[in-house]
Amino acid sequence: MTAAIQCYHACKSFKESVRKTEKAEAGSRDRRAHRRIADFILPSKVTVEAVKDVSFDVKRGEIFGILGPNGSGKSTLIRMISTLLIPDSGTVRVFGKDVVEDRLEVRRYINRVSVEAAFFKRLSATENLEYAARLYGLDPKEGLLKAKAILARLGFPNSKVDVSLENLSRGMQQKVAIARALMTAPVALLLDEPTTGLDPVSKRDVQDFVLDVRNTHDTTVILTTHDMEEADRLCDRIAVIHDGEFVALDTPENLKRQCANGNGHLPNLEEVFFRLTGRSPNEWETEGEDE
Amino acid sequence: MNDMKPGSVVGYMKSGYALVQRNYNLIKHEMGWEIVNTIYQVVNALTIGFIGVAGPQEGLNERVLFLVSGALLWGFLSILFHEVAESVAWERWEGTIEYSFMAPQPRGVYMFGVCMWAIAYGLVRVVICLTAVTLAFNISLAEANLGGALLTLAASSLAFIGMGLAAAVLPLISPEKGSQATHIFQAVVLLVSGVYYDVAVLPAWVRPLSYISPATYTLRAARAALLEGASVRMLLPDLLALVLLGAILIPVGFWIFSIGENYAMRTGKLKRTG
Ligand SMILES: Nc1ncnc2c1ncn2[C@@H]1O[C@H](COP(=O)(O)OP(=O)(O)OP(=O)(O)O)[C@@H](O)[C@H]1O
Ligand SMILES: [Mg+2]
Repeated sequence: MTAAIQCYHACKSFKESVRKTEKAEAGSRDRRAHRRIADFILPSKVTVEAVKDVSFDVKRGEIFGILGPNGSGKSTLIRMISTLLIPDSGTVRVFGKDVVEDRLEVRRYINRVSVEAAFFKRLSATENLEYAARLYGLDPKEGLLKAKAILARLGFPNSKVDVSLENLSRGMQQKVAIARALMTAPVALLLDEPTTGLDPVSKRDVQDFVLDVRNTHDTTVILTTHDMEEADRLCDRIAVIHDGEFVALDTPENLKRQCANGNGHLPNLEEVFFRLTGRSPNEWETEGEDE
Repeated sequence: MNDMKPGSVVGYMKSGYALVQRNYNLIKHEMGWEIVNTIYQVVNALTIGFIGVAGPQEGLNERVLFLVSGALLWGFLSILFHEVAESVAWERWEGTIEYSFMAPQPRGVYMFGVCMWAIAYGLVRVVICLTAVTLAFNISLAEANLGGALLTLAASSLAFIGMGLAAAVLPLISPEKGSQATHIFQAVVLLVSGVYYDVAVLPAWVRPLSYISPATYTLRAARAALLEGASVRMLLPDLLALVLLGAILIPVGFWIFSIGENYAMRTGKLKRTG
């Protein structure tokens, strides 16, 4: 049996324009005018390697976690799997379909919840969900019914379904985003920080729901999060990404064991994270003192 | 997995309707602006009509009709172009573009939905304007060939949708400046197509542009039908030119858009803050 999601040597880099003058101005005051003009017209580009040669397989029904510091490439990786970014090199397949060649087919399998709430903010939850249902070829009535059942499970107040999204709290918007993604019954679910901004109870509700969906529908899940407890609780395996590279990939237990120090004390996932990304809170404090 | 059968025409039509419904909901929430825009368009058409009234008595009806038809047709065509060209800019701005483009819906279906919306919305607006104008000016349409004028409008929709598709790529590849560029394009079409004057008055170096602008043919044919009651047979050359332009511009526009979309997906410009 082939893996649900396969990623082989995936690479992605971006070009970011940097105005040299702005950078240099602070240091040297001796910038020639023509250099400034040249920079203004043709800002120099720096290449950001967001994802570097990442390979992994996710089994069907597995919850696969990706942990990493800000800007380490988690969302970029998720975007490549969601067909929103074309990899520079390497291949990404979802249920055997290539994300570039068979884009449309991959899109039938997946759905994504992103950190940013991607909604028409003037429209209500109902209107946004109806749009989503139609877009995915669902019967709008059935889709809405399903989405509202999910919203109820996540503790979303029914009185708010017809309120403009812009007037909902961030956590409520996030719940609508989760309902919108699960309404289409994806076989692969890509969750990019789905619980960021949720209160502890709502967080639990979402986590339980993700576990439930996986258990009842055999849904494959990729999850990024900054909540180590959440990763520990949900993920069958965890990859730690740092500067675009996977620095570890194993079950939570094995990761802890690997990072155990001699005295037999098993670290928690947070300590594992600090160890693997080379940034401990202590280091931070000493750096602060130096200044 | 979802119910949409791959390739089912009915399924695709329904999923294209998602865009029509969504845009309708959006303007419902922006009713204030809708009223402002409609009033502006009506007042604009009336103002231009009065320029005709101000002239000598001789040929008054033709002159007013010439100007007013220009205002109405341009109103319709620019809404058509604008709705299609700005659809992407809009989604970028809202931050929904990744969501919409990730749906299992071919881009052609998405664009079809946007175009259907643009046509329906443009027609409603132009009918409101037409009503106001006929009430304000004592225009006689006794000799007009209204069917021919409508046919012209339908034929020119294709070409304008094609231009809209090509222009929609601009916000995709340049998040900051794309939208402004579509306005410049629209302004140039207005200048060269003889909306309020005969293209013969244009300086020689601008004239060639008028030949490739579909609006030139639209206005000429629609005016022939409205002012002179020209039969469809007499309109045929212009109608054919419009259909031909549409047949070229729609695939070319869509092709340009697809290239732009791929470029955006390679360079990471689909994101809201590209
Ligand atoms: N569309 C883009 N255009 C240019 N650069 C980008 C783009 N998307 C990401 N990057 C850059 O790629 C790197 C990785 O970003 P990414 O969003 O994948 O990080 P992340 O791990 O999701 O971070 P966070 O935890 O903050 O969400 C960053 O340096 C970012 O600036
Ligand atoms: Mg991210």
